Amino acid sequence: MPTMATPPATQKKLAANLPDQTLRNWLRDMLLIREFEVRSMQAYQNRKIGGFLHIYIGQEAVAVGVIAALGNDDPIITAYRDHGHALARGMDPKHCMAEMFGRIGGCAKGKGGSMHMFDKTNQMFGGHGIVGAQCPLGVGIAFATKYLDEVVNSAASSRVTTCFLGDGALNQGAFHEAMNLAGILDLPIVFVCENNGYSMGTSVDRGTTMAHQITAKALAYGIEHASIDGMDVMTVYDGVKPVVDRCRETSRPAFLELRTYRYKGHSMSDPRKYRTKEQEQQYEAADPIDRLANFLMTQRSLAQKEYDALVKEIRAQVREAIKWAEASPPPGSEELYTDVYADVWGPYLGTSRPPMLDEPQQGQT
Amino acid sequence: MSTTRQIEFRDALREGMSEEMRRDPCVFLMGEEVAQYQGAYKVSRGMLQEFGPQRVIDTPISESGFAGLGVGAAMMGLRPIIEFMSWSFSLVAADQILNNAPKMLYMSGGQFKVPIVYRGNNGAGGQLGSTHSWSVESMYANVPGLKIAIPFDPYDAKGLIKTAIRDDNPVFFLESERLLSVKGDVPEAEYLIPLGQATVRRTGSDCTIVSFGRPLYFCMEAAETLASDGIDCEVIDGRTIRPLDIETIVRSVCKTNCCVVVDQSWPFASIGAEVAAQVHERCFDDLDHHVVRVHSDDVPPAYAYNLEQEMLPNARKICEAVRTVTYNA
Ligand SMILES: Cc1ncc(C[n+]2csc(CCOP(=O)(O)OP(=O)(O)O)c2C)c(N)n1
Ligand SMILES: [Mg+2]
Repeated sequence: MPTMATPPATQKKLAANLPDQTLRNWLRDMLLIREFEVRSMQAYQNRKIGGFLHIYIGQEAVAVGVIAALGNDDPIITAYRDHGHALARGMDPKHCMAEMFGRIGGCAKGKGGSMHMFDKTNQMFGGHGIVGAQCPLGVGIAFATKYLDEVVNSAASSRVTTCFLGDGALNQGAFHEAMNLAGILDLPIVFVCENNGYSMGTSVDRGTTMAHQITAKALAYGIEHASIDGMDVMTVYDGVKPVVDRCRETSRPAFLELRTYRYKGHSMSDPRKYRTKEQEQQYEAADPIDRLANFLMTQRSLAQKEYDALVKEIRAQVREAIKWAEASPPPGSEELYTDVYADVWGPYLGTSRPPMLDEPQQGQT
Repeated sequence: MSTTRQIEFRDALREGMSEEMRRDPCVFLMGEEVAQYQGAYKVSRGMLQEFGPQRVIDTPISESGFAGLGVGAAMMGLRPIIEFMSWSFSLVAADQILNNAPKMLYMSGGQFKVPIVYRGNNGAGGQLGSTHSWSVESMYANVPGLKIAIPFDPYDAKGLIKTAIRDDNPVFFLESERLLSVKGDVPEAEYLIPLGQATVRRTGSDCTIVSFGRPLYFCMEAAETLASDGIDCEVIDGRTIRPLDIETIVRSVCKTNCCVVVDQSWPFASIGAEVAAQVHERCFDDLDHHVVRVHSDDVPPAYAYNLEQEMLPNARKICEAVRTVTYNA
């Protein structure tokens, strides 16, 4: 039988005991995401990026803090607000930007776009555009890590999958089915709900029951749960790390609410009429980047000069990413028909046969 | 010399799955009632006992959940076989099977293959009413990135399921509840049937009848009736809808100059329409008559026995279609 929910993760000061360099790396990662997103918005306005663009500004501490609590081969999967996770997981900003520019240098050769960032090397399983749809996938990834370790390699289950979701996904059947399956099948998965207060214009209390205590949903599935302040990266790490460790040890799922806020609109076309400027300012005053920078400057040895240099370095890095993305050519038309099927040209026959198949010396299966 | 024996369709499916599970530890079977209950239709009978609960896994009634679980597991390199008790129930998992399984490879720029088999009963089971009598082939065939196989007999069921499991793409494997007890010759020795290779079930010179899965039995019946009237039909089993072996069909139509397509799904925007279109494109000058299609009537399946029978393709309708296309010949 599943063990019942345990109280919120004990708030030991784990992050504070990490080496300075680790915390500085977190600061760097958060600054990188912020700068990357600012530039993405500009690029969108300049029509370099098409489609939908969802900006992660304000939520940086969640991706960075959660991913810091994971091992390098622990898989992650998320929804469409995914640049932050991709970058925190180690994707080169060049590849991330080129993907949004729809270029061949993108992480998915320009076939995925902003909402569908994939990075196999860094165990990032997407970027998923359908709200909640990533949850069953996350459960399958957790099933597979355990199966590969235990059944195929006759070893102990060693990896933890993290499945990020928005508060809006709480209302999708796929989420609930995923939670139930994870609980029934004893899978090592941590669901991280980034509760930023809104799904598009719908505040969380208009969308879901028990909005004041969304962890109640985990209770129904016999899943360990906790609610964590997602605006402070050290708090995030302190809250998430023990949960991940326990998940790895026990192969039992967990559900975490990370309370956070997106500073910008839902996507680039959102005038934010459903909330007040005051509310936005209130959250921005507790900015996660400022909080870590202050900590490092007042409690540790980070000098203002060093901070300024870091900011400058990151600006240059993102500028470089944009230049690189612009220089990367759009995918050639031969890319249209690759990756549809695992065998390069796939089984196209009849009317769906791609024209280039009929050209000589394109010899394929 | 390899020996053959007569086994049921369901046993052929199980043999195919079990052989692949013995061969590759990454293959597992998951679905409702597949393990302890021994399979809702006894296809997986005995598999729990052989492979254990880590590889033959019961799920709650949660199609979206376990269909998606399979995709995630496949992205990690496993080879899930996901059983739908009926393809009718796959509709609640539509997003997982149509968005995630067939498009992941493309969206990820080639990074994540999804080698998964979804399988279960398709087509009218017998007075199950509209919700339970889906023929999903036409609807799903519209989606790039997946393959669809429809086995005709035990021999094909085994040979095709093995290939489907080894395929690196999502394969939708459409069985028929009405065929599970059909017996047929299956060799003891291992064999595989490639996806995308039609087979000629009956040779003939007057009219080509193309079909997939269970309606082929009606085609064979019709062909016998017509033979006694001097009309010699060639019956082609497409075996897979995607890929569609149009070459075999074209070769036959060029010989017979007549073509009837029999498709148990509904006529509008259907696989029958697709085959007809391709035959018209490829055999325009060879045809003595335009292709005639036999489908389920364009109505929801009814419960009443007579209405359901009236709706489905049958030998009588096929005979009529063949007489129409061969009238002037
Ligand atoms: C199934 C589905 N329905 C609707 C949408 C359109 N949509 C995209 S994002 C979104 C809001 C989701 O909000 P939330 O889950 O809280 O994530 P956030 O945007 O806050 O990161 C909606 C309704 C969708 N992508 N998928
Ligand atoms: Mg939200």
